[in-house]
This record gives sequence, structure tokens and C-alpha cells, in this order.
Amino acid sequence: MRAPVLQVRDLSVHFRVESGGLFRRQRHVVRAVDRVSFDVHAAETLGIVGESGCGKSTLARAILGLVRAHSGSAVWLGEDLVGLSEEQMRIKRREIQLIFQDPQGSLDPRMTVGDIVAEPLRTFYPSMSRLQVRERVQGIMKLVGLLPDQINRYPHEFSGGQCQRIGIARALVVNPRLVVCDEPVSALDVSIQAQIVNLLKDLQKKLQLSLIFIAHDLSVVRHVSDRVMVMYLGKVMEVADRDSIYLRPRHPYTRALIESVPIPDPVKERARARRSLEGDIPSPLNPPSGCVFHGRCPFAIEQCRREEPGLETLDSGNQVACLRHRELPEDAADEDRN
Amino acid sequence: MNETSRDAFDQALDTRIIRGRSLYVDAWHRLLKNRAAVAALFVLGLMVALVIIGPMLSQWDHEIPDWDNYSTPPSLETGHLFGTDALGRDLFVRTLVGGQISLLVGLVATLVSLIIGISYGAVAGYFGGRVDNLMMRAVDAIYAMPFMFFVILLMVIFGRNIFLIFVAIGAINWLDMARIVRGQTLSLKNKDFVEAARACGATEMQIIRRHIVPNLLGVVIVYVTLTIPQVILVESFLSFLGLGVQEPLTSWGALVNEGAQELETAPWSLFFPAGFLAATLFAFNFLGDGLRDALDPKDRL
Repeated sequence: MRAPVLQVRDLSVHFRVESGGLFRRQRHVVRAVDRVSFDVHAAETLGIVGESGCGKSTLARAILGLVRAHSGSAVWLGEDLVGLSEEQMRIKRREIQLIFQDPQGSLDPRMTVGDIVAEPLRTFYPSMSRLQVRERVQGIMKLVGLLPDQINRYPHEFSGGQCQRIGIARALVVNPRLVVCDEPVSALDVSIQAQIVNLLKDLQKKLQLSLIFIAHDLSVVRHVSDRVMVMYLGKVMEVADRDSIYLRPRHPYTRALIESVPIPDPVKERARARRSLEGDIPSPLNPPSGCVFHGRCPFAIEQCRREEPGLETLDSGNQVACLRHRELPEDAADEDRN
Repeated sequence: MNETSRDAFDQALDTRIIRGRSLYVDAWHRLLKNRAAVAALFVLGLMVALVIIGPMLSQWDHEIPDWDNYSTPPSLETGHLFGTDALGRDLFVRTLVGGQISLLVGLVATLVSLIIGISYGAVAGYFGGRVDNLMMRAVDAIYAMPFMFFVILLMVIFGRNIFLIFVAIGAINWLDMARIVRGQTLSLKNKDFVEAARACGATEMQIIRRHIVPNLLGVVIVYVTLTIPQVILVESFLSFLGLGVQEPLTSWGALVNEGAQELETAPWSLFFPAGFLAATLFAFNFLGDGLRDALDPKDRL
């Protein structure tokens, strides 16, 4: 297998949080992303799933250098992005682009669509002539399914799905190699979700893009991803190829997530025994000792409380962070849901 | 249509490049559709033309008295369209000359406060943290300085000069502007589109210029329409204290002040300058409203 385009090793993002008044101020450190490692290969889609607040979005922003990583490395085509200066990082963003969750909010309400899509061109290629910029903008708009004569409209005149197309056009206009999609469809109607997801898949094939696709909707991730990474409380729980994750999940948390997806058949749905997760996500200000999942894990033993499992690579190449993954019963694959 | 010409037509359609329009061109078109704003623009244009050209055309001068007419009411016979004041000076010319000063003070001082206030406030708000703290405490410190003391100090050091009024008023007014702009910027900088711009490789200054400032304009313009009248009134107050424009030069504020004292004997000497002042302030308000609406693409008429 060829070398991955992006190689993230032990990446951590810490936020300092201050609470209390002017006096008696308390400082806490939130480990939003804690020693996360993964690879992204050329023209591959890596799905990242996890509940809200598990650090998915922070991870995405750390890869683009929009938030500073605290430690670890993110090697992009042989060069570590973590140590780069602001200016060097800015230039790297030509190759790594971001698509946002809120389609309307990520577009400046006072800019025309043409100007929005042209912005990366203007920042990365200031010498480009107006005509070249316009040509490229209109070309890319056609590619994402917008009409070129919509360039003089403003974002509020478009629907959510169309706004997301504008966001995609803006990300692709500089021909990046990796696009990080931060929950690109969570804010859209289900019918529109499919359009946008298929558009992304389509563009990925045409442009040989690598995608990092962040979502909390497992079925969407299953549809687009080649491999899936499951995160919980800033840590990686499991990384596996798509079919393994859905058919033979190793980690108890992954199992619980997959079980929470309803079966689209009411008879079967009612018949199945549901083991839903109990409790809430612990506060990231004060994460549990040992395995961060032990408080909600139905298989947790005393050892889980004390010992933190590392990410273990299995024979299949998949990785899992669980002390007991070998002892757990094989889950019967729930074909109905898939 | 035959086949070949049809192909050519399709090709032409395909490669047709649509011209982009900017927010400002759009805003201008929208402004022209707003009748009140157009009327205001017209009134202001007329006012500016009148105060510049008017005094040149009149047979009277703003400082030389007409020895035959003291405190005469407006009349065509004497040639004093707005009458004369107690010293026999033509009020028409004085009103227009006063208008030059008032409009100049209003526009220049506002422009000064606008430029300093927006750049200062936007930078403080955008960078936040320690920079913001330092910059805004400086504003507080200047704010705490008594305005009159500041003006008198300037006069003592530099002597009496009309430009000092611009400097003094501008130097105080930008503080409010900076505070308003900073507050707005604080809320704008956390918007997704600012982060999107960073992801697009925009530098901090490009973000402030392209994203923060255009989104501030709505609030700023409303504030400007409040500032211009305020500045004109501050100028008249300074003149009244003997710190602003000095006789025989005058301004609307000074004329209104004089006129008010002679209201019972010579009401015309209040009405004309007051009318001009009010008409101008009205026009600025309507224009400001129009501009605010025009610059907001969501508010299409």
C-alpha cells in the first residue's frame, strides 16, 4: 500500500478553561483531542463518528491548523503540520480544505456567491486575472450543480442544500487534495443529505480527493466511508474498515452506537432487545480514570477502571482500544439494519 | 436556425462569462430605488452646491454690513433675501457661509472618527485578549479626560484655528465609534464564515477588511447619522463658548444661537439657519436609513 497522504500521530488538543471570578480563579485543562492517531490515504474516505462533544470538530480544525495542537504530529505529504508557523500553515490550506456543518452560517451574508467561491483563489493566487477567476468559479459551480448565472446572488437566496453546494465549490476551487467535511449534512433534510453525500462521492472520484468525513449519523458515514474511526471523549476507540465496523464491531462503544441505529422495519424494531447506553458522556473537564468508557460500558471490569487501554492493531489491520475486546462475545451481525 | 449556427449559439452560451457584481454596486442600485434616500441625496447635493456657490453669486458679503439696513426682515426690495442681522449683515450669505463651516465640521470630524474608530475597534475586537484589553483601556483613559479641558489645551498650544475643531471633535468622537465597532466585531469574529475565510487562506487583515468591516456597516451607518448632527451641535456649543469659529466667520450653530436671542424682535434670523440645519439633518437621517437598508442584501425591496 502506498504511503498515506496524512499521517496523524498522538495528536492532542488541549484547551485551557478558566472558571470562577476575578479572584480565586481556577484553571482546568480540557483534553478535547487526546493522543489521536490515524492515517488517510490518497482518494480514500475516512469517516469519523462519535457523540457530540467527543472532539471530532476540534480534530478537524487541528488538522487545518485553525486550532493549535498541543502535542503530537500531523504529517502531510512528508511535512509535519503541527510545527508550522501561521503563514506556512496558511499556504498549506490550499491543499487541505474544510466544509462546514452550518451551510448558511459559513457563507458571508454580504458577499455574492461569486465572491465567496472566488475567495480562496484571491488569497492563494493573487496574481490571477479577474477573467481567469471568473472562469474557474463558474466552472466549479457547474461541477457542484449550481448555475453559473447565480454568481450575483446572495447566500440568503439559497436553500440549505444549495448553500452547502456553494461551500463545496469554495472548498474545491483551489483543487485541494484533502477535504475535511465537518458534519456537512447534519443540518440538511434527509432528502437533501443524499444529494450532497452523493455529490461528494462523485467529486471524490472525479478529482481523486481524500476525504475526512465527520458525522454523527452512522448510516451516512457507512455510505461514504472506506474506513471508519470511532471517537469518544477525545480518544480513538476503534478504527476499522467500513464493513468490519458495521458487521463485526469490536469495541463495546461501537457496538452500542450501532445498536442505537433503528431498524427501518417496525416489526423487527419492536422485537429486538435494545441495549441502549446508560448515563451521559462524562465531563471532559474531569475524565474518568483508566478507560474513559468504563462508566457506561456493560462489560467493564475492575481493571478497566485503572488501566488505560492503548490502541491495539489486530491481524486485520483494524485497531481497537479495549482491554477486553478478545473476551467479548461476537456480535451477531444485524443485517436488517444495514 | 440551421445546425451550424445553433452550435455556435450553444457554444457562445456555454462560454459566456457572467460579470460579477460587488456588494457596493448592488447597494448603489438598491439605494437608487429608495425614494426617501434619493430625495435626501438630492437635498444634500443641493445644499452642498448652494453653500459653495451661493456666497459667490450674492452681491453681499458675510462680514461687511449694509449700513442702510439693520435688522430688516427678508425682502426682495432691499436684496436681503433672508433679511439682515442686528449689525446689518446679509443673513442669506451668512447662512450659506455658516453652512460651509457646519457641513465641513460635520463631515470631516465624522470621517475622522469613522476611520479611526472602525480600524481601532475592529482590530481590538478581532484580536481580542490582551490586545483588546490594552486598546480598550486606552480608550477608557482618553474618555475620562474632560472634553473642554482637551479643547482649551489644544487652543492654548496651537492657537485658535478652525482645523483644531475638526481634530478635537474627531479625537473624542472616535471613542464611541471604536466601542460600538469592537462590540460588533466580538460577535462577528465567532461566526462560521470568519473561520471559513481562515480556512480559505485569508490573512487576519484580509478577514477584517473583507468580512468584518462590511458586516459592521449597518450599525456604523446608523451611528454616523447620529454623529453628524451631534458634531454640528458640539461645534455650535464650542463657538458659543468662544472656542469655535469666531466672528465674523460663522456656522449654523452660531447663527441659531444668535437668532434665538433675537427671536422676539427678528424671528427670521432664527428661522432661516435653523431651517437649513434641520433640513440637512433630516436628509442625513434618511440617507443613513437608506444606506443601511441598501447595504443589507437580505433586505431587498
